[in-house]
Amino acid sequence: MDNNSITTKDVTFKVFRFNSETDYLPMYKEYKMEVTSEEVVLDILDRIKWDIDGSFSYRRSCRHGICGACAIQVNGKATLACKVNLHSLTETFGDELIIEPQSTKRAVKDMIIDKSDFWEKHAQVKPYLDSHIEEHPEMECMVSIEENDRIMEADLCIQCGACHYACPVVEINEQFIGPAAFVKAYRFEADIRDDAHIERLEECALPEQGVWDCVKCFECAEACPKEINPIEKITSLHQMIFKDKVYKNGVAERHAVGFAHSIKKHGLLDEGQLVLYSEGPSIVKHIPVALQMFKKGKIVMPWNMPKSDNLDEIQKLIKSSSTTKY
Amino acid sequence: MSKLKYALFTGCTAKESTPEQMMSTMAVAKKLDIELIELTEASCCGASHLQDYDDFLSLVLNARNIAYAEKHGLTMVTICNTCQLNTAMTKHRLDNNAELKARVNEKLGEVGLEYKGTSLVTHFLYAIIDDFGLDKIKEMVVKPLSQFNIAPFYGCHNIRPSELQNESHKTPENPYNPTSLDDLIIACGGQNVDYDEKNKCCGFHAELQAPKTAATLTGNAIAGAMDQNADWMVTPCPLCHLKLDTQYHHASVAIGREVKLPVLHMQQMIGLALGCSTEELGLKHHVSEVDFV
Repeated sequence: MDNNSITTKDVTFKVFRFNSETDYLPMYKEYKMEVTSEEVVLDILDRIKWDIDGSFSYRRSCRHGICGACAIQVNGKATLACKVNLHSLTETFGDELIIEPQSTKRAVKDMIIDKSDFWEKHAQVKPYLDSHIEEHPEMECMVSIEENDRIMEADLCIQCGACHYACPVVEINEQFIGPAAFVKAYRFEADIRDDAHIERLEECALPEQGVWDCVKCFECAEACPKEINPIEKITSLHQMIFKDKVYKNGVAERHAVGFAHSIKKHGLLDEGQLVLYSEGPSIVKHIPVALQMFKKGKIVMPWNMPKSDNLDEIQKLIKSSSTTKY
Repeated sequence: MSKLKYALFTGCTAKESTPEQMMSTMAVAKKLDIELIELTEASCCGASHLQDYDDFLSLVLNARNIAYAEKHGLTMVTICNTCQLNTAMTKHRLDNNAELKARVNEKLGEVGLEYKGTSLVTHFLYAIIDDFGLDKIKEMVVKPLSQFNIAPFYGCHNIRPSELQNESHKTPENPYNPTSLDDLIIACGGQNVDYDEKNKCCGFHAELQAPKTAATLTGNAIAGAMDQNADWMVTPCPLCHLKLDTQYHHASVAIGREVKLPVLHMQQMIGLALGCSTEELGLKHHVSEVDFV
């Protein structure tokens, strides 16, 4: 590149500093630097350590976006430090950037976090091919190109933790397996050579920890530096649960199925009926809120339920296009 | 500017639990002289749950909805973030996969319909920004909301995944620093409140199966807005609205702190600034009472 096209910019970095061995609370230290249009976030971490404060700590290794070690957050955005250009970040967030570890509550020292929960969740989903291959096989185990295509994307995961620590459910519910480990589960669930299919799927179908606790916020899809789209894999796991009838969470399963029932009957969703069908007798816990809503004209009675025009079309399509049974 | 005309996909909540959203949409469209042709044939989009059960069925039903907008030769406007995401995602998948599109059209053909891919699908918020223009809204404001600190709550399914979302509108939105709703607040004369939770999840989609998680997210959102001295919140999504407006009690229990704020639909906020009456905007339908007008 022609040197003349390199531009510079003054940027203020507010950097999370914390040593769990000596500090009671973290602090944000300010560094003002001139940043070129060539530099990535990792260059700044290096400059802080090499030029200003040798005690500054962070993880790095490959510098090529394949080891996943340098994942941090910039202004709350999951960032693989070696991959993200600084000027592009200033275009989004302005000239003051907040540099933090992926999860401040798991901080050990500066950018370094205790990632043990991430690895424990992985271990939970058998993150390996469980295949009972004979010691002396007589033929190859063939995987077609199409079968390989199903797992290719998920196989690109570098386990950086960007999606896991961007997930709001991981933050709240310690049992939740999380998007990264679900991607890993999908990777082997979709592998035709794998024999642990049902066992792994059961792990992903349980209440609290499984895919049903996903809030569908798409933070994981946005965070992933390898564009793996974890929520798409979570959706595939949902579909496998129905296909293989691994039913472990009645409320959530009925909640998904209830949409098909309601659309068949009205075209639209019957909100009240959906809650009743999903919850069964537990619907009583919703009565206080339902009463408040009723008073404000927010509940449509079954006999007043609106219907889509040309409902017969919708019913025909449900009959001809349904691919799953519950 | 010639009169703007769209095919309106109302979604289900506008017909049921958020009647005020339907009322205010029509009131605002009238004020702005935007013609909305309601797609009365449309079905539920599956609300991001049907595809967990039956992906193909979800595609067929959403493609059918778009096909009706195409019949009118109009851009489809949605007024619910989740309708927007499901419909736009269907469009994206069919427009980029000829084989899948053919399979879907084989089914639609049985009822005399075809998905062509000719209609855009965009949320009313972006239709207003892209096609109508915030400057024009600003000129039309008769009751500026200048005395209010208003906290925008964007709702996940309008901003993520950004690559897909940015196919649906001209004004690019960055999910980590969204601006559309802030700009709309400013155009209505209000003071936009910046807070960490504005682009976060309200928890709606896990409310039944993960009530504690869902309520915590709701609580965090309202608390975040309260801590920045918001007088009220505003959202383009009726599902976020339901969660924030009706679930504040569960949210308070979940986060161990009393949280409650009036929450307006985006259309209601515009309507207030343009001088619509509180009746037209359905403000009496809120559970967290709207006590400031």
